[in-house]
Amino acid sequence: MARNDLQGSLDLLVLKTLAQRGKLHGYGVVQHIQIASDELLQVEEGSIYPALHRMEQSGWIGSEWAMTETNRKAKYYRLTVAGRKQLKEAEESFELLVKGVRAMLRYA
Amino acid sequence: MANLIGRSQVDRELDAEFEAHIALRTEDNIASGMTPQEARRDALVRFGNPVVMKERTAGADMALGIGGLWRDVRYALRQMRRSPGFALTAIITLALGIGANIVVFGVLNAIILDPLHVADPESLYQINHKEWMASAQSIPAYEDYKRRNTTFTDMAAVYGMSGVGLRWQNALHSISGYDVTGNYFDMLGVQPELGRFFHAADEHGPNSAPYIVLSDRLWHNVFNADPHILGAAVEVNKHPFTVIGIAPPEFQGTERFYWPDYWIPMVNEEQAEGWDFHHDRLVTPVSVLGRIRPGVTARQATDDLNRIAADLAREYPQTDQDQSARLVRPGLEGDESEMIYKFVFGIMALAGMVLLAACTNLASLFAARASDRTRELALRAALGSSRGRLLRQLLTESVLVALIGGAAGMGGAGLLLHFLNRYDPLYGGDGGETLPTITLDWKIFAVAAGLSLASGLLFGLIPARQAWSAQPIRSIKNTPVATSGLRRFAVRDLLLGAQIAICTLLVASSLVAVRSMQRLLAVPLGIDPKGVTLANQDLSMMGIDGNDALLKQKAMIDAAMQIPGVTAAGTVNFAPLAGGGMQGIPIYRPEAPDKHLGNEVLSTRIYPVSTGYFTAAGTRLLSGRSFTWADDATRKPFAAIVNQTFARKMFNGAPAVGQKFSMFGDLYIVVGVSEDGKYGGLRHANLGGESEPALYTSSAQMVRSFTSLVVRSHLPQNEIAATLQRTMSSIAPGLPVQISPWQYAVNNVMFPARTAAEALSIMGMLAAMLAITGIFGMAAYSVSKRMKELGIRVALGARRTQLLRSAVGRPLALLAIGSVLGILAALTATPLLSRIVVNANSRDPLVLIGVVVTMILLGGIATCIPARRALSVNPSTLMREE
Repeated sequence: MARNDLQGSLDLLVLKTLAQRGKLHGYGVVQHIQIASDELLQVEEGSIYPALHRMEQSGWIGSEWAMTETNRKAKYYRLTVAGRKQLKEAEESFELLVKGVRAMLRYA
Repeated sequence: MANLIGRSQVDRELDAEFEAHIALRTEDNIASGMTPQEARRDALVRFGNPVVMKERTAGADMALGIGGLWRDVRYALRQMRRSPGFALTAIITLALGIGANIVVFGVLNAIILDPLHVADPESLYQINHKEWMASAQSIPAYEDYKRRNTTFTDMAAVYGMSGVGLRWQNALHSISGYDVTGNYFDMLGVQPELGRFFHAADEHGPNSAPYIVLSDRLWHNVFNADPHILGAAVEVNKHPFTVIGIAPPEFQGTERFYWPDYWIPMVNEEQAEGWDFHHDRLVTPVSVLGRIRPGVTARQATDDLNRIAADLAREYPQTDQDQSARLVRPGLEGDESEMIYKFVFGIMALAGMVLLAACTNLASLFAARASDRTRELALRAALGSSRGRLLRQLLTESVLVALIGGAAGMGGAGLLLHFLNRYDPLYGGDGGETLPTITLDWKIFAVAAGLSLASGLLFGLIPARQAWSAQPIRSIKNTPVATSGLRRFAVRDLLLGAQIAICTLLVASSLVAVRSMQRLLAVPLGIDPKGVTLANQDLSMMGIDGNDALLKQKAMIDAAMQIPGVTAAGTVNFAPLAGGGMQGIPIYRPEAPDKHLGNEVLSTRIYPVSTGYFTAAGTRLLSGRSFTWADDATRKPFAAIVNQTFARKMFNGAPAVGQKFSMFGDLYIVVGVSEDGKYGGLRHANLGGESEPALYTSSAQMVRSFTSLVVRSHLPQNEIAATLQRTMSSIAPGLPVQISPWQYAVNNVMFPARTAAEALSIMGMLAAMLAITGIFGMAAYSVSKRMKELGIRVALGARRTQLLRSAVGRPLALLAIGSVLGILAALTATPLLSRIVVNANSRDPLVLIGVVVTMILLGGIATCIPARRALSVNPSTLMREE
């Protein structure tokens, strides 16, 4: 999947991930998306960071530095109230899109 | 990029975050069976290019958020460190512009905005007449106003010209203060610092309340701030008064330019002033303060007072005609507030122009720099910086410069104001006059901050607009010289032209002020104050008046004449230009049957003088004779010497000597005509205006206990002062005598004009400096940008004039255009300038020539260094450089 197409969906995936898993570092988010999507979404793992930082600036997610289970310092992200609202909207608009596409496919 | 943007900490954080990611992936890879090397390599591949990721992440970080602001500030600081000359120029320019505004605003704040130290100053008004002797009322009229009005909660009357001798522990002190009605303090809502104030209930008829309230300053100076002074008896002009209270230090009554030493109840006024003005409707000694009721407008209150005035005119047709009322804000001598407002706001407008010129100057500097940085900005735009971000960064830089400049300006202005507060330019004043102290309060700081911010945005937005509309791709492809294409130069040309126009206007203004001052100094004063010393004393302080006073005054004149080196001596009751004295006295034709106000031929100033006064003062008699001691109370009609204006207005050109007129109910005959002169004092000198009528009477026929001994001598000032002091104390031991050169009084009279001239000169000089830096900046910039071109032209054999034309032709052309525009503006600025200086005339040919010469000189100074640099271009070194 090309990066451009992913952009909007990536936000949704990250928000969804954080909603399901609570506090998570960047690597954790990437890993979760890869596992949950059955390795369907293959992107450069680094691309998650511009998205994370952008969402942080937008106030959707918050961050703090903490230790991992393997005793390594990492930056953890979690959903904010505004992020939860954003996730709801993103899910709804994605459903609409999917519905639309499905209808198209069926019609064709 | 990372280097360009000061964000090392952000860098480190991102590195750590990425490193953690790669490490975690590596651990997982090892766990799933890879070798450590394989594991790390796979982690790196999966991660992607960390440099690109970092750039994009940092970009996301900076797009929004407060964190970005701090980064912008640090970036701006780094930019300033990189070109300290530029930063310093910008900061100094702004510091001057903002500093000038703060000083002017400080003055404005102190004399206009700062509320009086009374309760609810908003509802307090002074009740003036619309016509005739603007601010003064008679006590009976005051009482009628107070009794009959329905719109004021209370009214109080103030006699503001009280000056008495205060005796305390065998020392006599000459002090000045107020006689006020008993309700004065209660109406103003002021509480004593110590003891009590007097109240309306203390007044039980004439001389029933011998109480005195001291100012905090007098209490400190004379009574060493001794709290036991309360209840003590002091002598006021030989009458016993009890000290009942001390006014708080910040309370100065209701006049900003005056600090009274004391307040005594109006019912005891006769003891202090030596005459009873309570019952005469023709005598108008007091100003009336009133507090309007809540919910009543000034308009309604004025209508109410006018209704009363109309009634009074019907009831007292002899005395109370034409007394329609008008409300003015107390604080600045009633009607003079308008003049002072105009003056201060006029100066403020000019100071604003200085700042505007400074801002356009900086805008063109910043624009020049922004066009140098077009390539950098375009590169960053191409790399993903949003334009909003670049805009914000440029604005951060200009606002930062503005804030630093503003802080520097504030510091400088603070120092200057501190100095101004200590400097007392008014020698002696008209009695107790002082300039208000200017304190730095929150309003001044707020204005400083506001001005800085506004100027930063103003001169930052223009170059920022440039960055906004930058075309990334084209900019990168082209060289910087080419990108600063014609349109962009046009913006800067416009800025420089505007700046020059403003500066020219300011230079013209300062020259107008200097010319006006020059003309004022040439105004004939009707006296020759050089070598003349005044010795003011008031014999009533020792209880001496009437004929005894006259004898003492004669003795003083005789004693003064005995001093070797003294050429002439005489007395006058209040010397002209030194303030005080009788004015607005109605003069009637002797045959006029109905001598009431409104029927007078003219109103005049009166100077009771002794024989010898005219020689001592240097006032020329044009016809007739001077007074002699034979012109005494027994000789009727009384003698008068009138000035030319009086003679012309009263007798319509007929020879004045021998003519008669009526004044104070007495018949006077003109025995001489003197030259015209300037009278009044600091506040009423009217130096630029028409000449006023004035007349002199014989001091033997109009005895006054207050006199100025006028002594003309060849002696040095300190010597004559010391000798006079000894002479006076031998005649009237213990009498306070104030000795000063007449010239000081004249200087005081010149003070407002001098201040205006100085203020405008400073503005003019600042403007000239701004013009120089503006032209210099542009010329230097265009020369440095075109070195290569100039080098080629030299190599191709261009002549020096051609080189010069291309190097500094443009700035000089702009100088010419801007100057012409500025002169045109100046020609129409007379109304603005006449708010500030007397007889302003910007069409004065000398002023115009002065402006042209100044601007040519400025142009020469500003372009000389860039021109020399252009002429010394060495083609061979230049070619090698690039």
